[in-house]
Amino acid sequence: MKLTLKVWRQKNSKEKGRIESYHIDKISPDMSFLEMMDVLNEKLTLQGVDPVAFDHDCREGICGSCSMFINGEAHGPDRLVTTCQLHMRKFKDGETIYIEPFRAKTFPVIKDLVVDRSSFDRIQHAGGFISVNTSGNTQDANSIPIEKKKADNAFDAATCIGCGACVATCKNSSAMLFVSAKVSQYALLPQGEIEATDRVLNMVKQMDDEGFGNCTNTGACEVECPKGISLENIARLNREFIKAKISS
Amino acid sequence: MAKLDSKVPKGPISEKWVNHKNNIRLVSPANKRQIDVIVVGTGLAGGSAAATLAELGYNVKSFCFQDSPRRAHSIAAQGGINAAKNYQGDGDSVHRLFHDTVKGGDYRSRESNVHRLAEVSANIIDQCVAQGVPFARDYGGLLDNRSFGGVLVSRTFYAKGQTGQQLLLGAYSAMNRQIARGKIEMFNRHEMMDVVLVDGKARGIITRNLIDGKIERHSAHAVVIASGGYGNLFFLSTNAMGSNVSATWKIHKKGAYFANPCFTQIHPTCIPVSGDHQSKLTLMSESLRNDGRIWVPKAKEDAKAIREGKLRPIDLNEEKRDYYLERRYPAFGNLVPRDVASRAAKERCDAGFGVNKTGEAVFLDFAAAIVRYGKEKAHLKGLDEDDINVVHELGKNIVKSKYGNLFQMYEKIVDENPYETPMMIYPAVHYTMGGTWVDYNLMTTIPGCFAIGEANFSDHGANRLGASALMQGLADGYFVLPYTIGDYLADDIRTGAISTDSKEFEDAEKDVKQKIESLLKTKGTKTVDYYHKKLGKIIWNKCGMSRNADELKNAIEEIKILRKDFYSNVLVPGTSDSFNEPLAKAIRVSDFLELGELFAKDALVRNESCGGHFREEYQSKEGEALRDDKNFTFVSAWEYKGSPSDAVLHKEQLNYENIELKTRSYK
Repeated sequence: MKLTLKVWRQKNSKEKGRIESYHIDKISPDMSFLEMMDVLNEKLTLQGVDPVAFDHDCREGICGSCSMFINGEAHGPDRLVTTCQLHMRKFKDGETIYIEPFRAKTFPVIKDLVVDRSSFDRIQHAGGFISVNTSGNTQDANSIPIEKKKADNAFDAATCIGCGACVATCKNSSAMLFVSAKVSQYALLPQGEIEATDRVLNMVKQMDDEGFGNCTNTGACEVECPKGISLENIARLNREFIKAKISS
Repeated sequence: MAKLDSKVPKGPISEKWVNHKNNIRLVSPANKRQIDVIVVGTGLAGGSAAATLAELGYNVKSFCFQDSPRRAHSIAAQGGINAAKNYQGDGDSVHRLFHDTVKGGDYRSRESNVHRLAEVSANIIDQCVAQGVPFARDYGGLLDNRSFGGVLVSRTFYAKGQTGQQLLLGAYSAMNRQIARGKIEMFNRHEMMDVVLVDGKARGIITRNLIDGKIERHSAHAVVIASGGYGNLFFLSTNAMGSNVSATWKIHKKGAYFANPCFTQIHPTCIPVSGDHQSKLTLMSESLRNDGRIWVPKAKEDAKAIREGKLRPIDLNEEKRDYYLERRYPAFGNLVPRDVASRAAKERCDAGFGVNKTGEAVFLDFAAAIVRYGKEKAHLKGLDEDDINVVHELGKNIVKSKYGNLFQMYEKIVDENPYETPMMIYPAVHYTMGGTWVDYNLMTTIPGCFAIGEANFSDHGANRLGASALMQGLADGYFVLPYTIGDYLADDIRTGAISTDSKEFEDAEKDVKQKIESLLKTKGTKTVDYYHKKLGKIIWNKCGMSRNADELKNAIEEIKILRKDFYSNVLVPGTSDSFNEPLAKAIRVSDFLELGELFAKDALVRNESCGGHFREEYQSKEGEALRDDKNFTFVSAWEYKGSPSDAVLHKEQLNYENIELKTRSYK
């Protein structure tokens, strides 16, 4: 395959960025998108051009590091995949591909396609945990049976990889899908009930303080989420939030 | 250098850990506030250790090279975590888990450590459930289990194919609670460049901030290394792209012995290599072997026809298939341990029965499981058990609920639907049993420097059983190190804060800066990846699934030449004071280039076959591994002496007092 790449280049957080064009060929349809980027970077390095910086690590769709906006979509045209799981067979020979970073005020660019998502970590610090010390004396794991359906729903919410596609996709840069996934996981489990009120209030407050936008229920986040985190979680977050507001 | 002292407590095996905990020194809560601990790495071991140490009251500084601790590669573990809970009532016990793990490790692990691991395994599950980890449950609401290779009970707890993710997010949440309290200071995007020794004790580290390249000094009363394994030595592995040996290699060069570097796990069920462009390999969980049957065609002509695309696997009837694991190992069948399954796959492919274009793949087939589950469900629902369409539909749904994400992952990579045609799999480098030598307290041969999780060596011997890595990482981090570190730190309650202005810190920082500048100044003609790929090929071809003395000697010479070439001809672009991934990678690869030589040297010394270490010279008539217990029941612990070729071997003799040394048989 022969491709034209239009890549966002930005030296660091302070300088202005711009789109640069690169041409590459001999790309196999079996390559992953990041392997195609490896080919580009090998070529640029040998030409004495600074290679394109991008975040990546596990390359199997679970660490949540990779974060490109490809042809206007978070993680590119395929569904239920991260960029590292996207394969070149999804593109046509001769195609022009636009590659940009995840854009949001809360995700400042570090370099090229690398953004700072530490705002997500800070939301988790505000309440994304159950307060239990490590002791070896917690009660037996089977002492509280949990309905399978609830456990499965909690698991589905917990599979969020924290990549930020939801924020990058949302026209308001809202983090509601991300926050609701964590709130839902704990809200569905008896272990999470005790701190439910404070958790939802604190996490939502931190989300607002960071500068994430509001949710207007467009649902784009669910479409682009590589893990298929459901909008039902946002509905649950809203219920939990209202409940907490009334009772606190 | 003093003789290796494993500090294993005296007394009967089942009382060692309890007695040890009762007798080691403690640090009072008030004094813990005066003590700083550095933890490098935020995977299951590092994350759980940082959280627990902070809960106890120590001031923790935690470091990871990723942009968030949640992204450490433990996240990618799929299948499950073992625990001797005996919830299934199938006869499991601490002793059985201990026994299976020692046997699975081919009798090259330290008995006392493995017993402790089995003892705390049940606590891990309790702890994780209390943290809100959503393990799989049955319809009665209780925890579900499945079975893994090398055992005859169901003791593996799981969360679909994302167990590692859920456990790591549990440890991450425990860290977040402590970060919020200010008890953990978190350093994301920081890479450890060296350890700093003051008066012979580990007192800090030098780091590089990966965003702006700043070299920083961090001091503490103890340093805990939880930086994972070194599988990326092979270039292609199931490890993350950033996984590296640098932290463990740096402490090795400062005095920590490196144990059993040649003990590497080649995992049998990975997606095969498709071409030269490939940057990493993807695992298909061992849990799939609960329901998948492994086979190749019985006839070479059929294998050839499949390779050429003239025949489809589903067109071959049962008589024409060779379920070679079921044939060779009837007792354990498809659930033999990983080393055995990997070698058997290689044997069939080398003999010409491989089924993909490169001839390096075997089938993992779910057709029988889909029918079995489908019939069961049809019976339950009162539907026609002989209606193939109904049965298939029901069966597929059950398989999907068990392994859905793995099947999806496979389909995205290979572009084939594994519900309709068998998966193709081949062994790939996955885990390293070898690592930093530690005593019973998990301390290395550098006082005050500890190693936990995959970064140490002690629990898995020469082969790791499935679902044991998560168990060991969390055992070390939650339940072992937080106790044992106190025994060392009890001497430091009056020490006070460690200054970073000393000559030792200054010298270490200077060395790091020099190394970086010299890499950037080389301005050669070949990229870092060029060297990494070359090194990987040498190691895979000559030190891979089977090894022999001649090839190992060759490998040592080739690596030496490659290393020399690297320092004269590597091209590292950019500057030291910016975000520069190629530079970070160059530093990691420079360490792999040294480790590679020690790896081959270790494999050359071990004149026996055991676990993942298969020396062609030492095998039975049936091609099974031939151990030499008389001469090799020891841990190889290597002391650094200026270069890998000068490394000095120390032996820790392994004593088996509770488990009889036997030939490992899964027949």
